[in-house]
Amino acid sequence: MGHKGMKSKNQKSKMEIWLSTILFVILAILILLPIWLLFIASFKPGGDLLQYGLNLELNIDRMSLDNFVLLFKGQHEYWTWFFNSIFLTAVTVISTLAVSAFVGYGFAAYDFKGKNILFIIVLLILSIPLEVVMLPLYKQMSVMKLMDNYIAIVLPFMAHASTIFFFRQYLLGIPKSLMEAGRIDGATEYGIFLKLIVPIMKPAFSAMAILNGMNAWNNYLWPLLVVRSSDKYTLTLGLNTLINPYGDNYSLLISGSLFSIIPIFLLFICFQKYFIEGMTAGAVKG
Amino acid sequence: MKKLFYSQKLAPYVFIFPFVITVLVFWIAPIGNGVLLSFQDVLKDRWVGFDNYSRLLTDKIFFKAVWNSIKYMVGTLILLIPFPMLFATLLNNKMLKGAGFFKSIYFLPALTSVVVGGTIFRLMFGESSFSLFNQVIGFFGKSPIKWLKGANTTYFALLLLACWRWTGVNILYFLAGLQNISTDLYEAASIDGASKWQQFRKISLPLLKPTTVYVLTISIYAGLSMFLESTMLFKGNNSPNNIGLTIVGYLYRQGVEKRAMGYACAVGIILLIIVMMVNVLQLKLTGTFKKEEK
Repeated sequence: MGHKGMKSKNQKSKMEIWLSTILFVILAILILLPIWLLFIASFKPGGDLLQYGLNLELNIDRMSLDNFVLLFKGQHEYWTWFFNSIFLTAVTVISTLAVSAFVGYGFAAYDFKGKNILFIIVLLILSIPLEVVMLPLYKQMSVMKLMDNYIAIVLPFMAHASTIFFFRQYLLGIPKSLMEAGRIDGATEYGIFLKLIVPIMKPAFSAMAILNGMNAWNNYLWPLLVVRSSDKYTLTLGLNTLINPYGDNYSLLISGSLFSIIPIFLLFICFQKYFIEGMTAGAVKG
Repeated sequence: MKKLFYSQKLAPYVFIFPFVITVLVFWIAPIGNGVLLSFQDVLKDRWVGFDNYSRLLTDKIFFKAVWNSIKYMVGTLILLIPFPMLFATLLNNKMLKGAGFFKSIYFLPALTSVVVGGTIFRLMFGESSFSLFNQVIGFFGKSPIKWLKGANTTYFALLLLACWRWTGVNILYFLAGLQNISTDLYEAASIDGASKWQQFRKISLPLLKPTTVYVLTISIYAGLSMFLESTMLFKGNNSPNNIGLTIVGYLYRQGVEKRAMGYACAVGIILLIIVMMVNVLQLKLTGTFKKEEK
C-alpha cells in the first residue's frame, strides 16, 4: 500500500516536471518571437518593413545582407553613437558601483546618529520617479553649465538609491567580526572596506553591473534632454532619429537595432554566473 | 585632522557623504525648485499663486493622461506579479532541466532598449494586413485592425510590451526570494501531506512578502512614470485622441514642447503626490509600516 502510494507520487511529480517544461518552452518561444522577427527582418529590404510591418514571412528571394553592408560601410553616425553608448555605460557602471558600494557599506556596517532618517530617505528616493525632478534638474544643469555634457548624465546618479539599498542588504549578512579582525590588524576603516569587504562583494557587483548596465545602455529620456550635438548622441537617441517625419531609414534602423542588443547581452553573459547568487544574497529580507 | 578622518566616529559619515550631497543637490533642490516653479508663469517671469494647479483641475487632457497612467499601472500589477511569481515557483524545482537556460532567455527582452522593443512592437501591430497581429487574427477569420488607433487595442499593445520586457526580470526577483527560503520547510510540509498548492499558500507566499512588496513598489513607480513605451508605439508624443498620453508624456509636452515650465512643474508635483499616495497605501495594506514600528 505504502509502496504503491510512493510510486504514484513519483509519477505525479514526473508529470509536473513535464508540464512545467512544456509551459516554459512555450513561454520561451513567445518571448523569443519578437527578437526572431527582428532578426529575419534585418535581411529584408527596409521598405518592406515600412509597408508590411513585422511578420513571420521568410521569402529567401527578397532577403539579402544589404542592411548589414549599410551598417558597416554606409555613410552614417551609427558607430559614433555605438561607441558613445559603450563609453557612457562603462563610466556609469563603474562610478555607480564604486560610489554606491561605499555608501551601502556605511549604512550596513555602522550605527550612527541620523542613520534611520537617512535610510528612510534612501527608501523614499527609491520610489520617486526621476521624471518628477526632470525639468527643474534640467534647469539646474544649464545653470551649472553642464548641458551637452556627459557629466550631467552620470553625476546625479552615482549615489544610486536602489543600488545603495541592494548593497546594504547584501552587506548586512557579513559578520561584524570580520571588521573587528581588520581593526585588530591595524587597518583603517577605509582599508577594511577596500581590502576586506570589496573582494567578497563580487556577486553583488555582478548583479548590480547587469542592472545598472542595462539601465545606462537603454537610458533615453534624461540624455534626450541633456545631449545637444549629434556627435554626442547615444545609441538609443541616434536610433530614434532614424524614424522621423522626413524620411524613415528602416534599413539602418533594423540592422542597427539588432546589433545594439549584442554588447549588453555580452555583459549579461559575462556576469550571469554570479547574477542569481548576487541577487539572492542581496534580496529583500523580512 | 587626519586622525579625525580615520576615526571610527567620523568614518560612517564619510561613507554616506556622497549620498547626502546627491540628495541635497540632485533631489531636494530640484524638488524645491519644482514647487517654486509650479507657482510661477516662467515665460512671463511672474508669480501666479495656485493658477497652474487650478488650471490643471479643469484640464481634461491632463485627466486623460492620469487615467491612462493609472490604468497602465494597474494592468502591469495584475499581470507582472502573480504570473512571474508562479513561474518562479515552478522554475525553483531542482528536477527541472534547463532552468538556467530558460532564465537567460526570459531575461533577454529586458536587455533590448525600449527604443528597440517599442519599435518591434509598433511594427508587429502595424496596420497592414501582413503585420504579425493582423495575420494572427486573420487566421481566425477576422479582418485587419488598426491596432494603434483604438484605446483598448492600444492598452493591449502597451501591456503586452510591458509583459514581454519585464516578466523575466520579475521572475528573477522572485527566484532570488524563493532561494532564501529553507528547503527544510517544504520537506516538513510534504511529509505532513501538504499539497504543492498548500505549500505555496502557506510557505512561499508569506515568506516571499518582502520581495513582493519590493516588486510592487518598483512596479508602481515604473507604471506611473511610463512614457517611452507609448512614445515608441506612436513614433512620438502624439497619439490619436491622446489614447497613449501618460502623465510624464503630458509633463514633457507642456515643459519641453510648449515651454510652459511652470505648468509642467505642477504636473510633476501632482505626479509626485500620486506616487507617494499609492505607495503609502500599498505599504499600509501590506502591513510594512507595522513591522517598522516593532
